[in-house]
Amino acid sequence: MAKDTLMDFDEALELFEPVLGFEVHVELNTRTKMFSSAPNSFGREPNTDLAPVDLGLPGSLPVVNEQAVRFSISLGLALGCSIAPSSRFARKNYFYPDLGKNYQISQYDEPIAFDGEVEVELADGTTVRVPIERAHMEEDAGKLTHVGGATGRIQGAEYSLVDYNRAGVPLVEIVTRPIFGAEHRAPEIAKTYVQTIRDIVLSLGISDARMERGNLRCDANVSLRPRGQEKLGTRTETKNVNSMRSVERAVRYEIQRQAAILAAGGTITQETRHWHEDTGRTSPGRPKSDADDYRYFPEPDLLPVVPDPALIEQLRAELPEPPPARRRRLKAGWGFTDLEFQDVANGGILAEVEATIAAGATPAAARKWWTGEIARVANAQGREASDLVSPTDVAAVQALVDAGTLTDKLARQVLEGVIAGEGTPQEVVDARGLAVVSDDGALIAAIDEALAAQPDVLEKIRDGKVQAAGAIIGAVMKAMRGQADAARVRELILERASA
Amino acid sequence: MSSAELITLSAADLAERLASGEVSSVEVTRAHLDRIADVDGDVHAFLHVSDHALEVADDIDRRRSAGERLGPVAGVPLAIKDVLVTTDMPSTSGSRILEGYLSPFDATVVARSRAAGLVPLGKTNMDEFAMGSSTEHSAYGPTRNPWDLTRIPGGSGGGSAAAVAAYEAPLALGSDTGGSIRQPAHVTGTVGVKPTYGGVSRYGAIALASSLDQVGPVTRTVLDAGLLHDVIGGHDHHDSTSLTDAWPSFAEAAREGARGDVLKGLRIGVVKELPDSGFQPGVSASFHAALTALEAHGAQIVEISAPHFEYGVAAYYLILPAEASSNLAKFDSVRFGMRVTPHAGATVEEVMAATRDAGFGDEVKRRIILGTYALSAGYYDAYYGSAQKVRTLIQRDFADAFAAVDVIATPSAPTTAFRLGEKIDDPLQMYLNDVTTIPANLAGVPGISIPSGLADDDGLPVGIQFLAPAREDARLYRVGAALEALLVDAWGGPLLARAPKLGEVR
Amino acid sequence: MSEFTPDLVRHLGVLSRIQLSDDEVQRLTGQLDAIVDNIAKVSRVATADVPATSHPIPLQNVYRPDEVRDTLTAAQALQNAPDADGSRFRVTAILGEEQ
Ligand SMILES: [Mg+2]
Ligand SMILES: [Zn+2]
Repeated sequence: MAKDTLMDFDEALELFEPVLGFEVHVELNTRTKMFSSAPNSFGREPNTDLAPVDLGLPGSLPVVNEQAVRFSISLGLALGCSIAPSSRFARKNYFYPDLGKNYQISQYDEPIAFDGEVEVELADGTTVRVPIERAHMEEDAGKLTHVGGATGRIQGAEYSLVDYNRAGVPLVEIVTRPIFGAEHRAPEIAKTYVQTIRDIVLSLGISDARMERGNLRCDANVSLRPRGQEKLGTRTETKNVNSMRSVERAVRYEIQRQAAILAAGGTITQETRHWHEDTGRTSPGRPKSDADDYRYFPEPDLLPVVPDPALIEQLRAELPEPPPARRRRLKAGWGFTDLEFQDVANGGILAEVEATIAAGATPAAARKWWTGEIARVANAQGREASDLVSPTDVAAVQALVDAGTLTDKLARQVLEGVIAGEGTPQEVVDARGLAVVSDDGALIAAIDEALAAQPDVLEKIRDGKVQAAGAIIGAVMKAMRGQADAARVRELILERASA
Repeated sequence: MSSAELITLSAADLAERLASGEVSSVEVTRAHLDRIADVDGDVHAFLHVSDHALEVADDIDRRRSAGERLGPVAGVPLAIKDVLVTTDMPSTSGSRILEGYLSPFDATVVARSRAAGLVPLGKTNMDEFAMGSSTEHSAYGPTRNPWDLTRIPGGSGGGSAAAVAAYEAPLALGSDTGGSIRQPAHVTGTVGVKPTYGGVSRYGAIALASSLDQVGPVTRTVLDAGLLHDVIGGHDHHDSTSLTDAWPSFAEAAREGARGDVLKGLRIGVVKELPDSGFQPGVSASFHAALTALEAHGAQIVEISAPHFEYGVAAYYLILPAEASSNLAKFDSVRFGMRVTPHAGATVEEVMAATRDAGFGDEVKRRIILGTYALSAGYYDAYYGSAQKVRTLIQRDFADAFAAVDVIATPSAPTTAFRLGEKIDDPLQMYLNDVTTIPANLAGVPGISIPSGLADDDGLPVGIQFLAPAREDARLYRVGAALEALLVDAWGGPLLARAPKLGEVR
Repeated sequence: MSEFTPDLVRHLGVLSRIQLSDDEVQRLTGQLDAIVDNIAKVSRVATADVPATSHPIPLQNVYRPDEVRDTLTAAQALQNAPDADGSRFRVTAILGEEQ
């Protein structure tokens, strides 16, 4: 892949104004699929969660999942959208082997929700309003695996394998209007927008929103126009951006790449581009062409969605508070400083910290784990903190600390085990034998041995120089391979010394 | 009772004899299998004959003798149009691309037929993917009209119509997108009903045009059609367009019609925009004779205007190809069906394109290309969009008409059975053949075709079509059965009794 | 009046994934031209004030409860597959060498 020339970001911003746009696909966590009664699941054996329509079998027909419609209305309302009195499904016709029917059932000219606005709060506390054009219901496609060739990528593959389990999983696609005035904060706005959508769907409980699983996927549109120019520049649509960090990086990359081309007198090709997590670059996908004639027409197998106004009002009444208001409330409730709270909010772990607290941890402990050890591992592995471990597991680890079963150091090891997929905290404790030795007999034996080995220290302690006990504590902890409660060891040392 | 007698009995008569124990389902089924063996080499109504029909029949007999209460038609054999998917027999929809396809599920109408104790005999021939009016577009060779083996049996459901006309089955299932049940009934001297759209589940009917397709009965008598409609009809949660109405018994409606005086005061509309000049003289004559008979028994003939019917064929040949082009996209060689790899290293796109070129016949390709055109950017509004508006206008024509009349009557098709090959190279002429049947599909209203007699110019069967408002299928059974009773009485027996004997003059 | 050309037919063949031979393209061009001439008349009466009908019998809000049923086994899913690796459908390369 030829390396793109990039312009310095600040320089690019001097010459050009970036205009952003996003299409975010949210997979709903209904029990069954959008148009079939097959399970909506993840990670199962290939082609096991299927009903006839997911494979486009002859004679099969779609039927709309009522729960998916309710979830979509709730999401539309949470995005500040109007809910269409009548919306309908259409067929988007194109051939691709991951598409069982060779058309995708989607909403085209009559989406269920339109004209909304999302308030996005940046790290410095300022808010940006992102205009939402529409949110529409559609179905996901199956999964292709490319086999043969060097890279496992589609290029040069010998053949491909298709698993249709994901085909038909309900999606809501949220489309923004062009976002102007982002300027230097374009990458941050991109990241924070996706984060806000994620907060919203999590607060609604309508999606697992795990980006690494593709529950939430972002296509980022970027165009540049020379300062002072009215007309919008040609945009690219970067697909396959599946973490918030990547959204930020991809937008920054596209601004720098497009600026370099435009400044050199070149033109931007309207195309989809692919984001490469490993190299931090985008590469061209398919150019838009007249073959992109999707021949939309109203889906004759399905009927209009005409929500009862009473249902809309009920769902509106059930909406959770909007994320900015929630942030303000949480910040006050948790008693964090501005800095502490920003750490949490900007780390995209607000929901995790809240859930950890709900699961029994103190705010301080919850924050400590998520912004400390978990953030460290996430950084090291280039993953999202929220994808590593569940809030209930974090709270369980803290509970083990509070119960004296684990020291902080042991707790970190337990967390590491949980992240590595070794099981629940208790299972890791059991499997790795990490619990604090709470058997006084064993501790006393170790203490007596250490005291015997260092008679001078014993003397000092007896002389009232209690701080000398530190040396013995160290020796005992070493002997216990760290699996002892230092405070208890100290207590026992003093007891033994005075015996 | 001899085999020869058994096969000429109506389903209603068979059902009575089965219930009384006079005959067994195995005897009845064997008689029909024998008949198929005798005549289907000539007629070619079947693409597949079940190899376990006798077992199914035996099971029905055993359940009956064990005292189980079975449905009114249990033990009666049934032919199934190949557009309907079946778990125990291949389902090809008359296409090479689906040769040997075995569905993991039964069409709802098939499942309901099995549950009612009907005995599936086999799958009947049809125009490929139900595209055609002659069954000549079957990838497996044409079906021949039992009245004249050199002529077409109608289409797309020529196989089902020929099967019942040739006494290979007393009952058959068909599907009607633009006349595929009614027009074959017309040319074979049989009865066919297209129910109200949504009255019968489309689940498991290989889709041609989703907003037009409707499954219905193909039989020799109106009562038999009602009996089969009662089995297959009613709401099905697998089909979003399925109506939740509580339907009356259509068999009961047919009995009522045959008995009573439903014709007294009945207002029958005749469409002035369908002038006699558009029909073969023998067809017109038979139609008018039927109207005269109806009038003589108290019906009132009222001229009505349906000014937009003349746009029906045009709208139909936009909507159908458009929906079909999308419905048939699933035949891509990935999950089922034929696969043609044009050369080593061919991409999936090349494989799909080669497969669809080899697997689809000319008529299917023609309509897919036409439908793709009608939907493509820049043409949608002029073609597909306009066609959908015509649909509204035709619905309004029906609404206006049904404000003044109880049913509408038309000849079922413009001509009697034409000769095999006669129109195959002129698709436009073939399309115009559907002028009388198409409006019902566009508007969703029910229609029935019953024999009105033989054309005096060529001696071939002619059908009369009745149309009723949506959801008023029962009215068609009453009126159809009333006219049938009059005509059979006048003829001194069913029209089919006058058909040449098959399998004798070889 | 219609504008069918061999190029348009070929393009429609690409859109609908049918590898038409030159013969087929020629034949279809003539036939479709005649057919479209005949059916284009729909636009004559389809004026702006006439609403479109996409469903013959108007219904709305037809839904299914969010419950699992009617599922296929993997064996059923794969039973008609032209090619499979045991659990997944197999297709030839999606992109050609040149792309
Ligand atoms: Mg999109
Ligand atoms: Zn989408």
